[in-house]
Amino acid sequence: MTDRNDIQDRVLEQIAPFNKKGVELSDATTFAGDLEWDSLTVMDFVAAIEDEFDIIISMNMQAEIETIGQLIDAVAKLIG
Amino acid sequence: MTDLFSKFDPLIEMRANLLSSGVTDPFGLVMEKVISPTVALCNGRETILLGTYNYMGMTFDPDVIQAGKDALDQFGSGTTGSRVLNGTYAGHKAVEEALKDFYGMDHAMVFSTGYQANLGIISTIAGKGDYIVLDIDSHASIWDGCKMGDAEVVPFKHNDIDAMEKRLKRIPEGAGKLVVLEGVYSMLGDIAPLKEMIAVAKAHGAMVLVDEAHSMGFIGPNGRGVAEEQGVLDEVDFVIGTFSKSVGTVGGFCVSNHPKFEIMRLVCRPYVFTASLPPSVVATATTSIRKLMHASNKRAHLWENSKTLHKGLRDAGFQLGTTEPQSAIISVIMPDLERGAAMWEALLHEGLYVNLARPPATPAGMTLLRCSLCAEHSAEQVQTIIGMFTRAGKATGIIGQEHTLSA
Repeated sequence: MTDRNDIQDRVLEQIAPFNKKGVELSDATTFAGDLEWDSLTVMDFVAAIEDEFDIIISMNMQAEIETIGQLIDAVAKLIG
Repeated sequence: MTDLFSKFDPLIEMRANLLSSGVTDPFGLVMEKVISPTVALCNGRETILLGTYNYMGMTFDPDVIQAGKDALDQFGSGTTGSRVLNGTYAGHKAVEEALKDFYGMDHAMVFSTGYQANLGIISTIAGKGDYIVLDIDSHASIWDGCKMGDAEVVPFKHNDIDAMEKRLKRIPEGAGKLVVLEGVYSMLGDIAPLKEMIAVAKAHGAMVLVDEAHSMGFIGPNGRGVAEEQGVLDEVDFVIGTFSKSVGTVGGFCVSNHPKFEIMRLVCRPYVFTASLPPSVVATATTSIRKLMHASNKRAHLWENSKTLHKGLRDAGFQLGTTEPQSAIISVIMPDLERGAAMWEALLHEGLYVNLARPPATPAGMTLLRCSLCAEHSAEQVQTIIGMFTRAGKATGIIGQEHTLSA
């Protein structure tokens, strides 16, 4: 059983190398708006998250994920 | 009222900025007269064509043209109907027979365009609950097919076998899996390691679809594509192709050995709900495909052209999409869109047409001048092209003045 804080720590750890502008992160931070990630960065980041948690986040699911908080919740759901 | 067009404002502004610099609109070229597969009249100037995908130069083949004329006379200008209603003529069956012979496969299904072939096949075979694992650099028609079919879409990094395998491993047990690959990726002109990728896909129980649009007629001992070249065509469940490149007309197709393949004709909406190709088009395609089966001399000359152009441009100091020529596409990487457009225009003034490709069609936000060679380009034309590139490159500052053959 993994709690949300643990997932959050691991997600934030994966964001760090992609957070080139040093944007302050919270659950409400958006990937496209606040972090200004382009589609290639998103692909690399999704791959990093998938590897970290051994899950698949399909593009269909990605379309529903706009913020860090939503990503943490989605990961929590996927790893059950 | 919200203007539904406001979403296009950034693109409208980008275009306005580009054109305000006085550059010719790179997406508004008109060919006034087409003289041969390799030469046309553009703005009154005789222009060498180096961006047509007319790889085998079949557009002016006398047999191909005669077949089209005969079909026009005998069957009229169009079918005005769907393939499953009144739109299947003898010519449509004949071109499907030609494709079966060309690929040595059991089934062939012809669509009105290559775009519709990908759209139709992918969206129909991979539906809700199925998984599509595909290369991130896939063609727009592949992405649109994925979206239309409502399957779970899982992209992986371009040509990355490990990234593909990781994703296949994580797909829930029992789910349907389709791996979508391309033989030649048209932006950089690089090929896929199909042998390794298909082995991984099959080991994980996936069906495999390969788009061979840019390899047909040219790559492989019989021109069947990259899968044939790498000895794995038998492992491919569905080959997608087009008539609008090597075949020299318009149309798309899928060939397959799947025993139930024929049911696609009833369930594939982009096949059913559109008019079939005109009789003249399928007649030209049939003739062209049958001639391409015996075109090894042309294939050899096209490879020579590709190698010569690649070496010439590299020696001149241009940055290219591949370190070695892998297909009939040689992609020249531009520093940005502005200088890419300036270089494109300088080439046009030299009398050379290439494709200007820009994001989002290109990988990694690159601006490319994409050159596609033709088997009908003479060795002299290729040398002329290298000279034009070198002059235009120096004039626009894309390559330095100091570059020499040893650079």
